[in-house]
Order: sequence, then structure tokens, then C-alpha cells
Amino acid sequence: MTLDNTKQPTAARGDTADLAPVLALRGITKTFPGVRALGGVDLALYPGQVTALVGENGAGKSTLVKVLTGIYRPDAGDIVIDDTPTQFQTATDASDAGVTAIHQETVLFDDLTVAENIFLGHAPRTRWGLIDWGTMRTQATEILTRIGANLDPDATLRELGIANKHLVAIARALSVQARVVVMDEPTAALSRAEIEELYDLVDRLKSEGKAILFISHKFDEIFRIADRYTVFRDGEMVGAGMIADITENKLVEMMVGRPVGQVFPTRSTNIGDEILRVAGYSHPTEFADINFGLRRGEILGFYGLVGAGRSEFMQALFGVTKPSKGAIKIDGKIAIIRSPNEAIEQGIVYVPEDRGKQGAITDLPIFQNVTLPSLGRISGNGFLKMAEEFSLARKYTERLDLRAAALDQNVGNLSGGNQQKVVIAKWLATLPKVIILDEPTKGIDVGSKAAVHEFMAELANEGLSVIMVSSEIPEILGMSDRVIVMREGRIVDEYDREGLTPEKLVRAAAGYEESA
Amino acid sequence: MSISDTALRTIPNRLHSRGYRLIRSWEVLLLGVAILIFFANTQASPYFLDPWNLSDASFNFTEKAMIAFAMALLIITGEIDLSVAGIIALSSTAMGYALQLGAGTPTLVLIGLSVGVLCGAFNGVLITKMGLPSIVVTIGTMSLFRGIAYIVLGDQAFNGYPSDFSVFGRGYAFGVITWEIVIFVVLAIGFGVLLHLTNFGRKLYVIGNNPTAALFSGVKVQRTKMILFLLTGLMSGLAAVCLTSRLGSTRPSIALGWELEVVTMVVLGGISILGGSGTIVGVVIAALVMGMVTFGLGLLNVPGIVMSIFIGGLLIGVIALPRLIGLIAAQRKR
Repeated sequence: MTLDNTKQPTAARGDTADLAPVLALRGITKTFPGVRALGGVDLALYPGQVTALVGENGAGKSTLVKVLTGIYRPDAGDIVIDDTPTQFQTATDASDAGVTAIHQETVLFDDLTVAENIFLGHAPRTRWGLIDWGTMRTQATEILTRIGANLDPDATLRELGIANKHLVAIARALSVQARVVVMDEPTAALSRAEIEELYDLVDRLKSEGKAILFISHKFDEIFRIADRYTVFRDGEMVGAGMIADITENKLVEMMVGRPVGQVFPTRSTNIGDEILRVAGYSHPTEFADINFGLRRGEILGFYGLVGAGRSEFMQALFGVTKPSKGAIKIDGKIAIIRSPNEAIEQGIVYVPEDRGKQGAITDLPIFQNVTLPSLGRISGNGFLKMAEEFSLARKYTERLDLRAAALDQNVGNLSGGNQQKVVIAKWLATLPKVIILDEPTKGIDVGSKAAVHEFMAELANEGLSVIMVSSEIPEILGMSDRVIVMREGRIVDEYDREGLTPEKLVRAAAGYEESA
Repeated sequence: MSISDTALRTIPNRLHSRGYRLIRSWEVLLLGVAILIFFANTQASPYFLDPWNLSDASFNFTEKAMIAFAMALLIITGEIDLSVAGIIALSSTAMGYALQLGAGTPTLVLIGLSVGVLCGAFNGVLITKMGLPSIVVTIGTMSLFRGIAYIVLGDQAFNGYPSDFSVFGRGYAFGVITWEIVIFVVLAIGFGVLLHLTNFGRKLYVIGNNPTAALFSGVKVQRTKMILFLLTGLMSGLAAVCLTSRLGSTRPSIALGWELEVVTMVVLGGISILGGSGTIVGVVIAALVMGMVTFGLGLLNVPGIVMSIFIGGLLIGVIALPRLIGLIAAQRKR
């Protein structure tokens, strides 16, 4: 396969009236036992344009991506490529048709080199049928240069950060001469600067005439880079059109099916005495000299770039990792926390960022997830009490308005937002004093997001102290009473809610002295 | 914290009724297999239903089942102990050695159990304190423990255990019921209660499903695993006492290859080899199935190697069946 992508048509950009889609989905239906994931949806992707696919979690976006990449076969409907209806029987069919996907968590191979990852499955061959390493390296360098990625083709993926891994995934997409590039929440794990680089890249792909399907929860980026939008709700397409013709509010309304009012809940600021004091917390590599106090009923935001050491510090506070120095006081008394178990006993709980790995136990039922850290309290001499387990689980899941068929349903069968509710319910059931929420709304839909925010405010009003780690500026500004900014493992600034602007936060986090 | 009772809607506790869940369970399927084999055996040999024959036959699964109960808990947490047969060899050798020094029955039992626990502790420390994978560690200690037995014994055997020591392996509690059957039943109930009715048991499933989330939820993951390695060592020691008592002698090749039969019993019982699921009831039925198959084929004078082929085929067949049914069902849907 050659790498000559420049032959792709680049004309007809801008003028969309008579533009033919590269790929169109017509009436795609896909059902799973008990669930209709997609009910006859349409979607068109145009050359040189970015189509944003928006919808709440569970709206059918992921299912659609899997249909588009040949992983699922639809029950009904056509995939139309250049006006020819076709079927993707396997993932290979999809990639042969020029559809390639860049996933949220990239599916690349950590132990292979950059070049190997780019050319896996279609490496250039010598005439003996062996891999032509020289050509492969040259072509890899060529593609990497074209997307402005300064990477060593011989480096193994393990050595690269998530942003660079995305670049490799994009290089891979280009190497197969993709015509359609699906990007499934590509910016979820990226820092601000890396996101900017990704936007540049998307522009470059557009100028090469690729049709791009861009899936995102972040409205700012949708309005920044998309040309078109398609909205899904509950497996149906509820709207599509040009981005220029729609407002953010309208889009949200379409997604949730109801008008959205105030985005962040207002609350009575009734902040009490200091409940937690952290002094000089340090770690050999991740963070140093962390000092702050937290008061009753306060929401304290932690802002910073990815890699600023916020999560690492929170995990040390929760006893997962050990600090090298430092002390904490809870309610004025020195507390020693060497394990999560001791943290829970002291009333500190942590809702981790990585829900699937650290938060939810997906193959166990909801009620067992919720009661896990509270088992000691609700059991009799170490024996389980089912009735009490169910009532405790019910009390907290219903308070969080969990959407589930039954309490013995496995957590893995719930949507992302509902899984997060289960994890939060689990911690509230321990009756904590301090709850640490690490990126509490990352990757969850608008409706669940609002529910989590509302709930956070309610908890604080009831006197619970909240530490919220977030990389979303609107969330930090909308929810926090006070904001601490971390950079390179240290606290660099602290702000009150009053008079705090996004610019101040970004500058502090990035370390710019003057406004950029 | 005040909790409002005015929820929008009520989520039911259970999606399916108790009966539905029972019918769909692995244990019921396995019980069906057990009943089939039972009837096949009654047809195959007129001697099968003789109570004394059945009682004698129980020896070919009771000792393995003792270890299988502990192994089941270990496999549920995602670990494994392949050194159990090695532990029996070392434990039995230690008893034989103590016998030469004039130890009486109580001392012998104490030594048998303690050596088991010590071996378990050795495995446990390497795995939970040093973070080594259990499959590697216990393949190593499997050879290590038995190797020590070979060094001590060479091609010799320890004989001459006191007559009151033989009660564990050969004695009858009442009627045709042996002490080993009594121990088997007591352990089955004990382990069943531990796994299914206690906090400790619940945490094993949690660890097996997601060790990281377990740690983040305050479960003492390494300590729990350590306890299970000690428990498996103890059960191996107990099996060593019973087996040595039954055989009346110790050779270094004692219980050779048992680790795989124990693991087979556990997996056949529906404990996922990947951890996180399965029940003690399943292991009990699997023990009965394996015992009956061995006994039934024995009555028909089928050679041992054919028996292992049959057991192997049974394992793969029973494991593959539900997967096969699922695949066919999925194929029809597509």
C-alpha cells in the first residue's frame, strides 16, 4: 500500500449543498437482549468536514461506532459508501473500506515500536514476503512528520504519553489511507496544550479531505472544531445540521429532551470549622510540600493540568500510596493513614477517576458494591445480613436517583453515569466526613453530570466537606468555594470563589506570568 | 445526614425470582450430571449400591476435597496453589520422621498440620509480601517441598504408624460412615458458611473481580490472601494426616499429581479459573461426580489412565457446554 494521500479530493469544502457524503448510515437498528441500542438512525459523513456526534451516555454513540468499525453487525439498515449500499461483516471489511477509529483509550500495543504500531497488519513487505523494516521506518517517519509529530519510530509505545499515543493512532489512520476517521472522545485524557495540538491535526485531516466523526462531551470543543452535528437520544437520531446554525443551549436541549436551566446549583454557603488540615505532605517523585485546610461544608476545588500530581496526592491522602513526609489532622487530632481502610475509619473517602479499574466492581451486583466498605457496620459478628444490605443499598442509590432494573444487577451493565452514582453511593453509605471526588463527571452525560453537581451541593449543605479534583474549568468555577491550583506536584496558588476567572486558573496551572 | 424517603421510584431487590436463578445455575447442571453418572453406575455394576462399597469409594475424593475447599477460596480471589501435593509429601515425611523419634498420635497430627501451615506461610509470604505471581511461586515450591521429602527418604519409606493413628484414614464414626466422610461434611458446611454467609467470603469475590477497586474500598487484599494460603496449607496438612493414616506409610511419591486433580475438582465445581465466581456447593457436587466416575469405572475394571482421560473429557465437556449453548443462541440472534 502506498502513502500517497494527496490524491484524495480536497475540493468542494465549504459549499455543502451539493456535497455527496463519503459514508452514510441509513436506518441502522441494533438490539441487545432487552435493550434497543439503536432504532433506525441516520448519519452522514462528508469529505473534509467534521461531524460531531453528541448525546448522553446510553444514547447509542458507542454502539454506532462499533457498527461503523465492523465490530457489531446491525439488525437492519445500510451502510452506504459512495452511493453503494454495503455491509461490514468484520472489522477488516470496515478498515478495507477506509474507516478507521481513534478510541478514548487508544487500542495500541505498548510493547511494540511506533513504526510497528502504525503498520500493524499492513506492513510493507520485501519480495520474500518478510517485513521490509527499512521502508517501514522511512514511511513511518514520513507520516509522523506530516502530522507534525516528532517521534522516534523505533521507540516503544510504553515510553510515550497518552497524547503521543494518540498521534501514533492518527498516524496509523493515515497509513491505511483512511477516508473516514472516527474519534471517540480523543481529548478526554489530554492536557490543554495537547488538545490544541489535536485540533491542529484535525484541521490537517480536514484539509486532506477526510471525513471525521468526532464524539465528545465537551461543548467548547464541538463548537470549536465541528462543521456539522448529529444528536442522538435513547438510540434515536433527534437532530442534525450545521454547527453554525445552532446554539449550545439548543444542542443541550436536544440531547436531554428538555430545556436546561441553571447549569450549576446555587447553594447556601454555610461553612463551618476546619475539619481537615494537611501539613507538608510530600512524596519522593509525585508531589511536595502540600499544605491546606478544609472546613465543614466546604467544596474545595483542585485544578491543574494532567500530571500536576493532584490524583497522586489524593491517593496518598486516602492511604493508597505512602507519603515520605507530612502529617494530617482530622477534627484537630493527628491522624495516621497507612491504608484506605484506615482512611475510611477516619471518615475520608475517595471516588477515583478511573471508575472501571478503581471504583466499580463491574461483575458484582449493585448492592454488593454499595455495601462493601460498610459491611463491618451492618453485619452481625462478621455474618452478612442480606435484608440490611438491600435496605442500605436502596437508601443511597435511590437518593442518587440511580437508574437500574434491580439492585442485584451487575454494575457493568449500567451506563457510565449510573456506575458513578453507585460508586458515590458506596462512599456515602460509610457516613464520611470528607469525600474526595476525582474528576467526578469525566465521561458522563449531561443529565448525570447535573445530578452529580446538584448532589455535591446538597452534601456540602448538609455539612459534608468535599474535595473536588477537576480539569474542567466551568465545573471548578461553578462548584468550588475555594480553588487550589497545583503545578508539577506543588500548590502554586489558592483562590476564593469571588472574582476568580478562567484566565487566572489557566495561567496559574500552566505557569504563565502574563496572560497568553 | 438526613435521608429523604421520597424517592421517585423503587428499584426492586432482585431481577429474577429465586427459582429462576436456581434453574439457571451451574450447580443444578452439575447435579444433573451427577445423577446421570449415579444411574449409569447402578446399571454398570450390581456392586455399586452396596453401602460398604460406597463408603470405601468415598476415600478417593474426601481427602482431595478437603484441599479443594480451600483451593476454591484461593482461586476465587484470583490466586492458585499448585504446591498442595508437595505440602502433603513434606508434611507426611515430617510425621514419619517424628515417628522415628518416638512421637505419639497427638504429636504426629500436630506436626502434620503445623508443617502444612508453615508451607502455606512460606508460599503466602513470597506471594503477598514480595508480590510474586502465585502460579510461579507454587510451581517452584511444589518441587521444593517434595524435593525435601525425597532427600529425607530417598527410596525408603516410613512405616509402623501406631494403631490409634489409623483412625483418621480408616476409622468409622458410626455404621458405614467413615471419619473422613464426617470431616468432609463438616468442612463443606464450614467453608460454605465462610464463603457465602460472612463478610470475609464476600471480600474474596470482590478481590477476585477487581483487586484494585477492592483495595480502594478498604479491603485488606494482601492480608486476606495470606490467610487463604495459610488455610490451604492447613487443609493440605489435614489431607496429609488422613492419607498417611489411611496408607499407614510415607513414601516421597505420596499424593503425586494431586494438585491437578484438586484444581480440576474446583473448576468442575464452577469456580471460575479467572477468579471472582463460583460456590462451595458446586465443589461438593464436583467432588461427588469425580468420586463416582472413578469408582464406577473401577468397578468395570477400567485402567487408571482411561479414567484420567474420562475425567479430562468430562471437565472440558462440562465447561464447554454452557459456552456452546450461549454461542448457538447468539448465532441465531445475529
